Amino acid sequence: MQIAPPDFDLVFGALSDATRRDIVRRAVDAEEGVAELASHYPMSFAAVQKHVAILERAGLVTKARSGRRKIVRTNPEGLRVVRRLLDRYEQLWLGRIDRMTTLVAEPPNTKETNR
Amino acid sequence: MTVTAVLKDADALTMTLDAEFEASPERVWQLWADPRQLERWWGPPTYPATVTSHDLRPGGRVEYHMTGPEGDQSRGYWEIVDADAPYRLIFRDGFANADGTANSDMPLNEARVTIAEIREGQTRMTIQSIFPDAAAMEQLIAMGMEEGLKQAVGQIDAILASDVRA
Repeated sequence: MQIAPPDFDLVFGALSDATRRDIVRRAVDAEEGVAELASHYPMSFAAVQKHVAILERAGLVTKARSGRRKIVRTNPEGLRVVRRLLDRYEQLWLGRIDRMTTLVAEPPNTKETNR
Repeated sequence: MTVTAVLKDADALTMTLDAEFEASPERVWQLWADPRQLERWWGPPTYPATVTSHDLRPGGRVEYHMTGPEGDQSRGYWEIVDADAPYRLIFRDGFANADGTANSDMPLNEARVTIAEIREGQTRMTIQSIFPDAAAMEQLIAMGMEEGLKQAVGQIDAILASDVRA
């Protein structure tokens, strides 16, 4: 079941990868470009660039020019959106159980009239 | 709150939720077996569900759509694997495209519902979500299912906290 806006998949798809979550964490400091970020991982520059592009598309990081470099920076607003969506999803089943509880507490829907 | 336990087992690829009701197993079963009742709890109040097809027999199918505040609709379906009224229901829950066909991009997850009487008028319902494999679990988790979800939430909270400090 879907309860979230269309970009939900994009955002959670982006966060479903451990490397990308790590990039988001590192980019909070907004000190590194793609090349520096790439040095932390046992993968090619191109692969890290691809991860950053996925995060950028999901609105989780932005790239900002600083002199000749492009710094990768975490977008806190993007994360807040994620947080709200997660909270909502977590409430989903609890909400269902609540509604079930209300339903079973209702008097049985008998058509019995006064005898 | 009637939810008595939520158990997440990343190794077994399951999430289990226990709830207790002051009702008979038959009454709890009706929540699933009566489409009009199902409509009243499956979707959140802002996204009420409309069940358009409902056959709880093994091999049967339940089709529904949920309508959002803007009139937007999302479709889903269940494939019934097994049903034994009023004690057991096993189904695979999937997403459907606008035309009602299954959306094969999204993984199915299997739900096993067990209903058992604890004592007269008191019933425990256990819902176990089983993921077909780690990749599917990761995808569904990424979409909001528990465990990895918690991990992501923890990381996000940490990030937001450090952002405030910065």
